[in-house]
Amino acid sequence: MSIATPTFDTHGPEAGARSEDYLWTLNFGPQHPATHTTLRLVLKLDGERVVDAMPEMGYLHSGFEKIGEHLTFNQYVTVTDRMNYISPMANNVAWHHAVETLLGIQLTPRCTYIRTIIAELARISDHLLSNGAVGLDTGAFTFFLYGFYQREVIYDIFETLCGARFTTSYTRVGGVSHDFTPLVIEKIRAFIRTFPKTLDDMERLLTRNRIFVDRTKGVGLLSKEEATNGSASGPVARASGVTRDLRKDEPYLAYGDLDFQVCCASAGDCYSRYLVRMQEMRESLKLVAQALENLPSGEVNVSIDQRVARPTKQQVYSSIEGTISHFELSMANRGFEVPYEESYAAIEAPNGELGFYIVGDGTENAYRARCRPPSVPHFALFPQLIRGHTLSDVVAVLGSLNIIAAELDR
Amino acid sequence: MPFTPPSVDDVLAGLTDRFGTLDASVYRGQTRVVVPADLSFDALAWLKERGFDLLVDVTCVDYLEYRDAKHRYGLVYLLASTTTNQRLTVRVFVDDPDPTVRSVVSLWAGANWLEREVWDLFGIRFTGHPDLRRLVMPEEFTAHPLRKDYPLQGRGERHNFPVITRDHS
Repeated sequence: MSIATPTFDTHGPEAGARSEDYLWTLNFGPQHPATHTTLRLVLKLDGERVVDAMPEMGYLHSGFEKIGEHLTFNQYVTVTDRMNYISPMANNVAWHHAVETLLGIQLTPRCTYIRTIIAELARISDHLLSNGAVGLDTGAFTFFLYGFYQREVIYDIFETLCGARFTTSYTRVGGVSHDFTPLVIEKIRAFIRTFPKTLDDMERLLTRNRIFVDRTKGVGLLSKEEATNGSASGPVARASGVTRDLRKDEPYLAYGDLDFQVCCASAGDCYSRYLVRMQEMRESLKLVAQALENLPSGEVNVSIDQRVARPTKQQVYSSIEGTISHFELSMANRGFEVPYEESYAAIEAPNGELGFYIVGDGTENAYRARCRPPSVPHFALFPQLIRGHTLSDVVAVLGSLNIIAAELDR
Repeated sequence: MPFTPPSVDDVLAGLTDRFGTLDASVYRGQTRVVVPADLSFDALAWLKERGFDLLVDVTCVDYLEYRDAKHRYGLVYLLASTTTNQRLTVRVFVDDPDPTVRSVVSLWAGANWLEREVWDLFGIRFTGHPDLRRLVMPEEFTAHPLRKDYPLQGRGERHNFPVITRDHS
């Protein structure tokens, strides 16, 4: 992040002083309605045409990785809520997936299914907002409201599940904070019944809408090679023809048991990114329906002999193992065993590969908690996507990349 | 006969043939290999040619207070292949007073911001980087906050930040 005058070094020597005279610089952000978050772009314009762009980040840097070295594995989940705040459940799952990889904890079948369901619901709510924002920025306000209404329904499910709508902090080491109740299952079933109709309506509003297609088709082109070379992941990479999806390629949680397809496009423009996200919502809904109908019974947290997940109150008051485990985990100098090792584990978050590189040092705090945010490579790709397009395309490209500053800066 | 890609072990054997004996280990199914700092660029270029076309992440760990640590900083290059789905972690250790390693931006464009972030937060200098500026901290900042000798609550830098006035904006 810099406040000083930016320098553009991408001009070739043939761009002489004479043509430079016509260029002007426009500051876009960090406070602008169409950036949606706190990020800044310095655009070099030739009339309406963007000659070059310089993205800046850091306006929302909060030192999450430093905080991660001072909070325990269970406390840090509250910070992950605030990373990609349009799909906090996916961040919760990603964080504890990485912690459990480091500790070597095998989750119960019920827990893997529950986490799969909430991660996919988070993907739907994320895609609804990111596609909605593309629609909003290109003039389709109704589309955005259709999406936002369904996001509210998902928030209601999360509220019924864990009491929080937004900052869910739902997962725990070796389990989750609340098991699914019949009411939650009923609400998710209702969502599965009603959501496809909204999705159909949304597609009818925008997918063949002439104005929207003109605004997004052929805009912000990213080739397959550029996507891989630029470390892109998630829908951005898949819209460019990269077939990588961690749910399929490295099946974690319950994804190995479930039937779904990886959604890809080959054009690599804003329109393909929109299409990939729309289709992924349908696949996510399929995943949620399958996982919910095949939800295994049994314990949701790992067994109390493993001494990682807090026992239930029933176990604390009625069994000696429960009491011991409760005290061991509550006392400051006890807790669970953490190896002197380091590991990386990632999930396919709505935005791309969200991974954590965790170094353990025997204590319940991570020695290093590196978050690999999908937004950083995507935002770095922005200048090459926008070069040659017009100023009005900036918002379309930015929206289709779905840059979330809180995750970008951490 | 279907094409079977070389396993990570084969890749490691090739890497050892080319660059001498390297310290490799496996933890939770993840293969890590330690490469000397002066060979890091060549080794990563060699690995890129062998199919590790995706640079997932570049990050760093400061081992100042770590048990039995021999070096101060450990760089982490997380590589993956989009065709074979293999992953490989490459570790490069560097030390004070001038931790330096060769930049890999010429291999992967995605390394640009990742290396800037490591420079910003750890103070590892990447030689050959086209634009090694701070990424998340303000330009005026002098410390590298993710180092272990930097306190959690900072050293009071916030009070001394320059204030932009209307005349100088």
